[in-house]
Amino acid sequence: MSIFQLLNGLTFAALLFVVASGFTLIFGLLRIVNLAHGALYLFGGYIGFTVAVKTGSFALGGIGAMAAIAAIGFVLDQGLLRFVRGNELRQVLLTLGFAFVLNDLALVIWGGDSFTVPIPQTLRGGLRVLGVFYPTYRLFVLVTGIGVFAALWLLLNHTRLGALIRAGVDDAEMVEASGVNIRRVFLVTFLLGSALAGLGGLMGGAFLSLYPSADAEILVFSLAVVIIGGRGSLVGVGVGSLLVGLLNTLGQVMFPELAYFVIFGPMAVLLAFRPLGLFGRAA
Amino acid sequence: MTMPLTPTPSRVAGMTGRAALIAAIIVVAAAALPLALSNYQVGLATEVLIFGILAMSIDILAGFAGRTSLGHGAIFGVSTYVVVYATTHGGLPPAVAFAAGVLAATVVAAIFGLLAVRTSGVYFLLLTLALGMIVWGICLRWTQVTGGENGMRGDVRPAVLLTNSAFYWAVLASAAVVAFAMWRFVRSPFGLTLRGIRDSESRMRSLGYNVPLHLFIGFTVSGFFAGVAGALYAMFNNFVSPSTVALAQSVEGVLMMIAGGVGTLFGAFVGAAAIIALENVVSAYTERWQMVLGITFILIMIFAPEGIVGKLRATLTRKVR
Repeated sequence: MSIFQLLNGLTFAALLFVVASGFTLIFGLLRIVNLAHGALYLFGGYIGFTVAVKTGSFALGGIGAMAAIAAIGFVLDQGLLRFVRGNELRQVLLTLGFAFVLNDLALVIWGGDSFTVPIPQTLRGGLRVLGVFYPTYRLFVLVTGIGVFAALWLLLNHTRLGALIRAGVDDAEMVEASGVNIRRVFLVTFLLGSALAGLGGLMGGAFLSLYPSADAEILVFSLAVVIIGGRGSLVGVGVGSLLVGLLNTLGQVMFPELAYFVIFGPMAVLLAFRPLGLFGRAA
Repeated sequence: MTMPLTPTPSRVAGMTGRAALIAAIIVVAAAALPLALSNYQVGLATEVLIFGILAMSIDILAGFAGRTSLGHGAIFGVSTYVVVYATTHGGLPPAVAFAAGVLAATVVAAIFGLLAVRTSGVYFLLLTLALGMIVWGICLRWTQVTGGENGMRGDVRPAVLLTNSAFYWAVLASAAVVAFAMWRFVRSPFGLTLRGIRDSESRMRSLGYNVPLHLFIGFTVSGFFAGVAGALYAMFNNFVSPSTVALAQSVEGVLMMIAGGVGTLFGAFVGAAAIIALENVVSAYTERWQMVLGITFILIMIFAPEGIVGKLRATLTRKVR
């Protein structure tokens, strides 16, 4: 694998990390497998695209995408999921239904064409890195991914909210019994996870483009990341994203038509030995 | 440990006289349908039977082994792909293509099963979903073989079954046989073991049952039946595209199974009829079927997770008491 392809793999891994970290936060704490996460990604991308085109500002697009997707996440959690609390299977299938609705709604609003989020002037062109000329924007994605990792790490390990989230992942009932309003912690986590999907949508929309089945593709990758990394572990998502990102790039280089298969093999082997993923712990 | 897959002769007649009579009446009534329905409606009835088989195959796992699969649409679709490919590109006669399709689906199900039996609950759902998506990705990208997004068209249906009614009767006969086989399967000692695993995996393990092996066989058998449905669908549709293996297909199958009632087995046909009827009514007014499907899913999850047949059953028993 050349340096160029290695960088491609790393930048894709950074995008995956942003999307999948939101997914695993919700999965880890709320025990909700949000299958609408891919649809939230796509919706975030479309909204970010529209805002960025209308205002001419990429940053505003990012803020708009995160705010809008957090709002949709609020509706999903407070409006629908509250009726099926405690039943994992019903929750999962409900989010799947929600994904279908969002998806179709996106088709109504933006149509079936593919869009690419405009990249701001300063991030266009390329830079010379490690001896190759590489697109600046993709390096920006890599840096953002690392930034999100650092921010989440700080949040989880050095704030009161982070401590509550970590405690909630281990034993939500105990946290509630000690007088904390765990429902509010749950809601904040759900909104944060959704907002990360929105941010991922905007970032991915600028180099992978946005089209009607993009949500399903990113969802499979996120699932693979979480299955490999394990539920609710930030380091797990990081390692899972790196593995999936690099394997996917390797697969595209070596077997362009069967790239999907290349992430599937290692995932299968891993599951045979660690059904809960690399960093997963039994609930 | 023994696993009697084939029931002993004395047990084949395990159906009580009354149940057998009801089943016979239903089959005869269903066979008379083409005399009363339009050509188009006969096509719809055929579709209901095919998807009923798919939903039933999902119910074997969901209702009797406690594992809901979101990958059965892909297993179903693999069979459809193989049947269409074998007749158009391979030049095989329909019967051979049919067998090849079912075999391919069974093999894919065995691979899925091998990986999935180690997981349970949400992880099982996620893994089968991811596996199904991989099949979808391959069908979409492997353009030389699958025709990519355009799919493949072919005259798969044998000449004798060209009319809608003839094909309907053939599908009805297959559905009756397959439904009986699945009913026998879940009532066999093997099926009872699956139920034991559903209710308490640890207890079954400590009783000495090989839980992963039972689940693996259960998954493979369920995949075989999904493959039968997929092969029938190939002959029904004469066309296959990535949407046949897409997540939406698995989701529709699961929705039909749930709408009919998890663990009711024959409720699958009621669920399939309800969803297909809804799809046709909705499609007459709007193109937004996906959205209606999603909303239906959300509503059923919130209000009637036990399904139509399950709800009826619950209401009836309440009245009887």
